Amino acid sequence: MLQFCHGLLSDLLSINVDTHATTVFLLACCVGYYVVWKVTPALHAPLMAVTNAISSVIIIGAIFGFLRAESDVAKCVALIAVLLLSVNIFGGFMLTRRMLSMFRKR
Amino acid sequence: MTNVMYLISALCFIGALRGLASAQTSRLGNWIAIFGMLIAIVGVCIKAGRNDFALLFGTIGAGAAIGNIIALRVSMVSLPQMVAGFHSLVGLSAVLVACAVFCSPHSFGILENGNICISGLVEMGLGVAIGAITFTGSLIAFLKLQGLYKGHNISRAFNFAFGSGVICLLIYFIYAKSLIAFVLLACASMVLGATLVIPIGGADMPVVVSLLNSYSGWAASGIGFTLHNDLLIITGALVGASGAILSYIMCKGMNRSLLDVIFSTSFGGGATKSQNVVSNFHQGMPEDIACMLASAQSVIIVPGYGMATSKAQHALKELGDTLKKRGVSVRYAIHPVAGRMPGHMNVLLAEADVPYDEVFELDEINGEFSSCDVAYVIGANDITNPAAKTDPGSPIYGMPILEVSRAKAVVFLKRSMGVGYAGVDNSLFYAENTIMLLGDAKKNTEEVVRAL
Repeated sequence: MLQFCHGLLSDLLSINVDTHATTVFLLACCVGYYVVWKVTPALHAPLMAVTNAISSVIIIGAIFGFLRAESDVAKCVALIAVLLLSVNIFGGFMLTRRMLSMFRKR
Repeated sequence: MTNVMYLISALCFIGALRGLASAQTSRLGNWIAIFGMLIAIVGVCIKAGRNDFALLFGTIGAGAAIGNIIALRVSMVSLPQMVAGFHSLVGLSAVLVACAVFCSPHSFGILENGNICISGLVEMGLGVAIGAITFTGSLIAFLKLQGLYKGHNISRAFNFAFGSGVICLLIYFIYAKSLIAFVLLACASMVLGATLVIPIGGADMPVVVSLLNSYSGWAASGIGFTLHNDLLIITGALVGASGAILSYIMCKGMNRSLLDVIFSTSFGGGATKSQNVVSNFHQGMPEDIACMLASAQSVIIVPGYGMATSKAQHALKELGDTLKKRGVSVRYAIHPVAGRMPGHMNVLLAEADVPYDEVFELDEINGEFSSCDVAYVIGANDITNPAAKTDPGSPIYGMPILEVSRAKAVVFLKRSMGVGYAGVDNSLFYAENTIMLLGDAKKNTEEVVRAL
């Protein structure tokens, strides 16, 4: 237990905060905050569909893993993720397109 | 090269969200988002620099076919469960990507002195936990919205204890750096995701769906931190912020705090249920309603979840058209939490070809009820209940409502005289100027149109 705590403490002390990534993250949160408040409430459903589609951009991690990973387990897992995410990307964008095409003026 | 492409892609995603500021620019915005996604995928293929693409593109093609079929076949009424289903895929994928990274960290280039650095493990652990919670949480939300699962009571204390357990596992994962710890963390988070959503009730679903939307973004951001990939961080933050804002708007629309919803504190209804059951109400026939509508100058239609379940939007549009032909002004009033996801009613009305400039939000139209002749409330209850303004003892006290009671006459289309989700009786049903039209909302609306 003591060893565990000691190990944990020294681990925590050795954390280097990635200032670049944190900066990018916080700035992106600010941009998101201002952009999303501008979205008209009538389009909140398409907003959810399109954000769902673009959050599938982690497919680039999955593709990279599939193409470059050395272990077969990693390759296999990455390929499953590619499949799920491409369902999501195409499904999400198509759903958004369908919804938006319905919004018409008089 | 790839980094520039990622930057363009991130800008495209921001542009796409900006496009949703108005209906005219939104379609362009969607195309920009598609372009951004394409650029990102081409970028990663260039960066990986291998050319065993056959299997990769075969898989993407298969996914594309499935995704398109689902998106084209789903009806707009079941939109909330569809979106929840898609969220669960993002959550599961985040876990899988993190797993691939953990199994083969060397190829992702995130090793420092032969080890994943501690901050990398923290970020990965958080990404996995949030992804796993999103996965099962959305799955349960999907089952509930689809009506396949009713839900059980799970005590708040249990979820609290279990959540603490997951945090301990997260710390253990960072300490042990083993695959077993990774799997344990993922599994425990999945169970937590399920137990968090299982006790949450139907009317809280708009909050849950937007909250899960937010989580899927934070999970993507977590993976982005692990991989030192700015595009993932930016996109995740955008999605996370979007979901968080939607959750906030939904909570405000119900006058509930986010914590109340997450820990599923119920409305505390039940006690108020049996008080005024004996009161009298006026029941009308479709012909009476038609007569009333025909002699009106201005009508405001208030749709609720009942319109979605009875698929009455097309009949409603027909009613609106018939009335407009007679020179009656017709408008639609949408409460922020009407339906089961943000903007649900707007999409259903748009599907029925109701022009969006006849559709108004709560703040825009609430002042107009006093000058309107008939408020036509279809499948909505709690969002019109005056008790939210007048009765401090009511569980929904403080919730902003559509003030239909100010209209000269109110027509309520309801399946039965039952109470709404909050378990609160609506004094409007028994008011002098209210007419109840009980039964299927779609059939009744069609009857009214025929009588006109």
